Amino acid sequence: MAAAPATRVFQFKLVLLGDSAVGKSSLVLRFVRGQFFEYQESTIGAAFLTQTVALNDTTVKFEIWDTAGQERYHSLAPMYYRGAAAAIVVYDITNRDTFARAKNWVKELQRQGNPHIVIALAGNKADLASKRKVEPEEAEAYANESGIFFMETSAKSATNVNELFVEIARKLPKSTPSARPGGSNIVIQPQATMKKNGCCGG
Amino acid sequence: MALARPGRTPDRSESRAAMDDEYDVIVLGTGMKDTLLSGLMSVAGKKVLHMDRNSYYGGESASLNLNQMFEKYGNGEKPPAELGSSRDYNIDLIPKFMMASGKLVRMLLYSKTTHYLEFKQIDGSFVYNKGKVHKVPVTETEALASGLMGLWEKRRFRNFLIYVQEYDAANASTHKGRDLSRLSSADLIKDFGLQQETVDFIGHAIALNHNDEYLTKPAAELVKRCQLYSLSLAQYGKSPYIYPLYGLGELPQAFSRLSAVHGGVYMLNKKVDKIEYDESGRVCGVTSEGETAKCKMVIGDPSYFLADGKVKQVGQVIRMVCIMSHPVPNTNNSDSCQIIIPQSQVGRQNDIYITCLGASNSVAPAGKYIVIVSSTVETAEPVKELSPALKLLGKPDKIFALLNNVYVPANDFAKDGCFITSSFDASSHFESSVNDVLAVYEQIMSTLPPEERKLIDLDHLPAQE
Repeated sequence: MAAAPATRVFQFKLVLLGDSAVGKSSLVLRFVRGQFFEYQESTIGAAFLTQTVALNDTTVKFEIWDTAGQERYHSLAPMYYRGAAAAIVVYDITNRDTFARAKNWVKELQRQGNPHIVIALAGNKADLASKRKVEPEEAEAYANESGIFFMETSAKSATNVNELFVEIARKLPKSTPSARPGGSNIVIQPQATMKKNGCCGG
Repeated sequence: MALARPGRTPDRSESRAAMDDEYDVIVLGTGMKDTLLSGLMSVAGKKVLHMDRNSYYGGESASLNLNQMFEKYGNGEKPPAELGSSRDYNIDLIPKFMMASGKLVRMLLYSKTTHYLEFKQIDGSFVYNKGKVHKVPVTETEALASGLMGLWEKRRFRNFLIYVQEYDAANASTHKGRDLSRLSSADLIKDFGLQQETVDFIGHAIALNHNDEYLTKPAAELVKRCQLYSLSLAQYGKSPYIYPLYGLGELPQAFSRLSAVHGGVYMLNKKVDKIEYDESGRVCGVTSEGETAKCKMVIGDPSYFLADGKVKQVGQVIRMVCIMSHPVPNTNNSDSCQIIIPQSQVGRQNDIYITCLGASNSVAPAGKYIVIVSSTVETAEPVKELSPALKLLGKPDKIFALLNNVYVPANDFAKDGCFITSSFDASSHFESSVNDVLAVYEQIMSTLPPEERKLIDLDHLPAQE
């Protein structure tokens, strides 16, 4: 259609999953703000962050949800991954337990999440290769058999962080303008309720 | 409903570290009221630990999937295959809708949680009259065509509505010589010469009172409630109600996330063994699985304070949850609706409510409907009390009966530091629930040093980013 604008913008919800201290928030902060802190607070203190990725003819706007620490005592709410178009499941390459748990998160997402969800497996802390406990070949093989994709990343050195998000952006289906269920849904807008409510003074 | 623990038994050392700490506030139960208070306290900079004995969010205001519903209320039955996939169900344990211009909407804006939620308007609002289900007229044309009242009565009714619309507490010229802070609702209605049935219609289907106590109370409240109805109706058009996709259980989840984002620590599936008090009777901690977390105050729903005798029972609510393969008959095949059965129509003291929701609200698989019939219990046979409503439904595929005790706090918060929310009442919306939260919040603030007190003014919301 000739009338379509040159760049179409698609917005997607992306969630991070994985054990505490594998670097979920650090990956997000590196991607969104280009920052890294050795002693990152366990949550980033925001409802969500946004960042865009420009592809050839489209722009993908990510709305990135952090767990806010609710994964720590197995208390993540279903709302967290509901409507998510993409998920990054993170483990720490220096800790095998976190890899085992990452596999369980993948299973859980494939069972409970949106059936078309794009899942990325990120082996984080790649800068700590000397303490490595999980070989990339093993993770790669697991990713292949699970139909997801894999990258080793380092939030600290910024290795593969942008690449990870760009790859997700490429894989997301661009057929619909939004990943959210369409129709006549209402998002509450402030204006709508700020109308003067004549009687409320009492 | 929380993500299943991926192959991991709870990490004892981690949990111990969190329990072995001192908090400003420990919140017990993740119901809508308690999570909202938790969020408000976290936002106010308080260190919050939030526990729930269940493995899912929401407590009494949770939305359960089919497996959880059968597990809890199925008397040992397993969900039959023809009901479809468990995860397509989000069955509310308390049936309520949100007034589109009501206090809960304002609270969502105030707490900046609107972003977590999407809503749909409820398609229709109906009222039962002389054995028939009528649409509550929403436009003048509908009102004139409605079979609910005769022509002359319609004119008197219209006069009443015009008075209510124009009434402004701050503008004496709109009062037309009436002092609504003194005049009773019954006397105001009498002024307009309305028939008993119209009075019931106004009081129950518009002002949404669930019994007749309002008649003897000042008319100002009645007028306010009628105005809320019409303001809410004007918002989206089909009914005054909106409802969150995936069920009411989304509300506590959104408020929990608000709390967590501001540092609140969450533990589901956490048994609460004992609330600890010091010699003076003041709360000082909560013990769970042998570990005690210290705190300065406890907020919680009544179920956590039963053993300590800090709550009293004031009644019971009966709720019958029906899974159906058809919408409620005589509601123009509405995907979602409410039917009010005013008490006087069926010889009761309390209204019966029917709410219907379906796949369009993301609470049931395609072709299935969740219909909840509820009322305040008046006799020793609560299920029988709902039979006039059940007759309107056709044949449900499955019925669950939920009998809930209604508790209110009976403690002295200033002495024991326990801030207890009340059980959800039988009303059809959340106005009284938000009032309860605001009241408990004010109690908490009243015990804090003046410089830490923060007031909530829902009439003047802060600007949104």
